[in-house]
Amino acid sequence: MAPFGVAFGIASTEAGLAVWQASAFSVLVFTGSAQFAAVGVIGDGGTAISAVAAGALLNLRSLAFGVVMASALQGPWWKRAVWSQLMIDESTAVGSAQSDLRLRRYGYVWGGIAVFVAWNISTLVGAAALSSSGDLVADWGIDAAIPAVFLALVWPRLADRGQLRSALLGAVIALAVLPIAPPGVPILAAGIGVVAGWRDQSGATAAADDNQPAEEPAL
Amino acid sequence: MTATVVLIGLTLCTYACKAAAPLVLGGRPLPENLGRLADLLPAALLAALVVVSALADDGAVVADARLVGLGAAATALTLKAPFVVVVVAASAATAVARAI
Repeated sequence: MAPFGVAFGIASTEAGLAVWQASAFSVLVFTGSAQFAAVGVIGDGGTAISAVAAGALLNLRSLAFGVVMASALQGPWWKRAVWSQLMIDESTAVGSAQSDLRLRRYGYVWGGIAVFVAWNISTLVGAAALSSSGDLVADWGIDAAIPAVFLALVWPRLADRGQLRSALLGAVIALAVLPIAPPGVPILAAGIGVVAGWRDQSGATAAADDNQPAEEPAL
Repeated sequence: MTATVVLIGLTLCTYACKAAAPLVLGGRPLPENLGRLADLLPAALLAALVVVSALADDGAVVADARLVGLGAAATALTLKAPFVVVVVAASAATAVARAI
């Protein structure tokens, strides 16, 4: 997970963000794939709206995590508000593995905090490291690292047929729209790709663990 | 400036999704279609991000050394390499392809 955070820090500064902005993303948004998507659109010169939309669409699944964890997160509204910030693949996976509600909450909260700390430290390291480097693109092929990160993120999802079809159609739409649309829009248009996978969707949450893309799905 | 606007906007949207169930829904299930959408969207969007980041160059589709890197990444992923190896392999392969 830490290398993933470092990658985000690097991708952010590569896209023109200041170190504090990269850190702020990891603290406030705290969801890997949404952060990468938003920063990717910014780096391509997309509008703020497309960047937010891309990230927000990727984050819709947080709604599902919330439903899974809601019964364990009982308490005063302000506590629930704070706990909600930790709602990611990892914390939900750890939390939902318990059967006792209190243990679910502990698993969720402490799992979430552990990831939060690691994610933020690694983002800072990645962002700070890059800001003092030379021409990383031409010499080190850093511009190929970004597609590699996205590929690693989508890879576990391709095992599910509905998601595979959605991915393929999404990719085709994005490429078709690319020459004629402003930056960021091809990504959003690719969302239509979900129609290809709609019928195959079994209803089970096949969400990949987006903080450790090369490993088994968390849920 | 754009980045800060995106930061604020995305934080609000993200938090709304994360907190909706604990704060508002209170254990009620999501409509089934919303759940399906939330599951399929990342696949479509991430795939789009792969191809756009690998092939776009100033609004045109351009096949260059990045594709070599993407191929290296795909190979590494097929071989179940850890994340670091996947990314380093992609960067290295692209750098080498450019040097040749």
